[in-house]
Amino acid sequence: MSQDTADPAEESTDAVTESGGATTERFPQSGGLRQPLEYLGLGVTALLAVAMVALVAFDWLQTLSGPLGGVGEAGFGLYEEAGRALDSLLGTNVFWVSTTLRAVATGVLVGVMALLVGAFLVHRQMALIGETLAHTAFAGVAIGVVVAGVLGLSGSAGQLVLVALVVSALAALGLQWLTAHTDAYGDVPIAITLAGSFALATLVISWGEGNFPVAIDIRGFLFGSHAIVTAGGARLIGVLTVVVVALVVLNYKQFLFITFDEQAARVARLNVRRYNSLLIVMTAVVVVGAMQILGVILVAGMLVIPSAAASQVAGSFREVLVLSVLFGQVSVLVGLGTAIIWSLPSGGAIILVGVCLYLATVAVSGRSAGQLSTH
Amino acid sequence: MSGVVDRTDTAVADGDTVVDMADVTFGYGDTVAVEEVSLSVEAGEFLGILGPNGSGKTTLLHLMIGLKQPDAGTVELFGEPTDAFGEGERIGYVAQRATDRGDAMPISVRETVLMGRFPHAGHGRIGSEDRAAVDRALDRVGIAALANRPIDQLSGGQRQRTFIARALAAEADLLALDEPTVGVDVDSRTAFYDMLDELNSEGMTIAPLEPNAATLTTPVHTAPCPTRRLCHHGDTTSFLESDAIEAAYGRRSGIVDHHG
Repeated sequence: MSQDTADPAEESTDAVTESGGATTERFPQSGGLRQPLEYLGLGVTALLAVAMVALVAFDWLQTLSGPLGGVGEAGFGLYEEAGRALDSLLGTNVFWVSTTLRAVATGVLVGVMALLVGAFLVHRQMALIGETLAHTAFAGVAIGVVVAGVLGLSGSAGQLVLVALVVSALAALGLQWLTAHTDAYGDVPIAITLAGSFALATLVISWGEGNFPVAIDIRGFLFGSHAIVTAGGARLIGVLTVVVVALVVLNYKQFLFITFDEQAARVARLNVRRYNSLLIVMTAVVVVGAMQILGVILVAGMLVIPSAAASQVAGSFREVLVLSVLFGQVSVLVGLGTAIIWSLPSGGAIILVGVCLYLATVAVSGRSAGQLSTH
Repeated sequence: MSGVVDRTDTAVADGDTVVDMADVTFGYGDTVAVEEVSLSVEAGEFLGILGPNGSGKTTLLHLMIGLKQPDAGTVELFGEPTDAFGEGERIGYVAQRATDRGDAMPISVRETVLMGRFPHAGHGRIGSEDRAAVDRALDRVGIAALANRPIDQLSGGQRQRTFIARALAAEADLLALDEPTVGVDVDSRTAFYDMLDELNSEGMTIAPLEPNAATLTTPVHTAPCPTRRLCHHGDTTSFLESDAIEAAYGRRSGIVDHHG
């Protein structure tokens, strides 16, 4: 180290004091309580998510025969007990029902995986990708109906979601290719894919209805319904959540680098295209998972709104992730609970809670909302 | 049209070639941005890439570090063709207006500097060695006290220092800067180039790009080691006195051939 470092160091000390006085402190930089609280919340969320993965696992086990089936029944029974306890507390009679339990599990897990991906999407200015992929997933559901009809399958929601997953993932890669090979602004291929896939869905649904005896709950997929979450659908979400969380943990540094400074990441010889593909396919996965409970039209909100709220008040990207997940959980638990108790559409309720959280963070923070692009 | 100012008496002269461009041509469609440029950068050099807007200097920089591949000619980084070069941690790069990103994305100074360690860590965990490198880098550029601040609360000069710290944390051998002092006030600009000079005298190869020749050469004159050369091995004074500026900023078209 050179001796001459004293100069710039001194100068920047001045600058520190200066900027400390001049900048608006972002809410709530209160004492040392904030971080422990955030991590406490994250810990509770993690426990909740693990409990929900276990619920899904027990639900699957109880379909088996033999001792494992017994374990599954006993385990699932515990959740039903917990549901009854909640019912007696709230004076309701819904939370012990297995479909409700599955819906809650799906909601909690979607709340975790959607936000882990959404925080990156929002800051890669890809907020509308989720909306587009939801529409392709809807086309996937329609194609699933045809596939089920042709193969003589039952066409259960679980099967349809699986087909939607494949269609949506392929569409995600197609969309990335289209964006890379056209000179249009970034959102033109997105708009085209959005409209195109929905157009395809309307044609396939109308044609499929006449030719195949598979009933499809279009309203459920469009607006989201906790009632369409099946055991198979919940199991899929359980698996996807574990995969998505693992992928984000494994690739966190790479995703952060390409999100913050794509060109420098390229110079650092990161395979930017590969991580972009991974991120966009993960988005497709999350969208298909979230679609069951939120509906095609609202699914993008789950990716974007809690992350946008978190970005209003966070001081680091790690904090964005933590707060995104927390805001997401609050939205899901409050929204879903409200929807279940008063028989409302779950998607609308979850998203509106999220919007309220967002507005609250805008009100209390110094960061201008306009700085976050929503395209 | 762009010019290149280059220091002759390098502190570190171990003879390693950092960048070697031979007869490089690159165009966007029919528009040629860089034509038959040959240029080599030795380890420890301070290479100022000068030229007005639209002179192709960003393209030249992108070609040097492999963000673009030439239409004709070859570019080698540390002796390897840029498209095969894999040691990304050896290049610290700050893109044009890269420092604005923090306005929309909450990210702390420490998180930004830590990115310099990502090529080292790959998919592995960030270890104590990485953290130590980050602390050293923050210390070196004099922003250790700001480590936990979101970068949108920093001044332009402090943000640039954050990005330089990222390159230092990476232990980069080459620092490529695209218009690093845009949006930075004059005093901070001078301090910034003084710091670059110090890093250069410690052995780092530095290639800043400036749209305005004065921005680059003024601090250079006040710096301890002011002798730089123009594209063809001239120093700053001869660059300023030569017709290179007129050639670069005047009406004539074409690229200065950097080969002496």
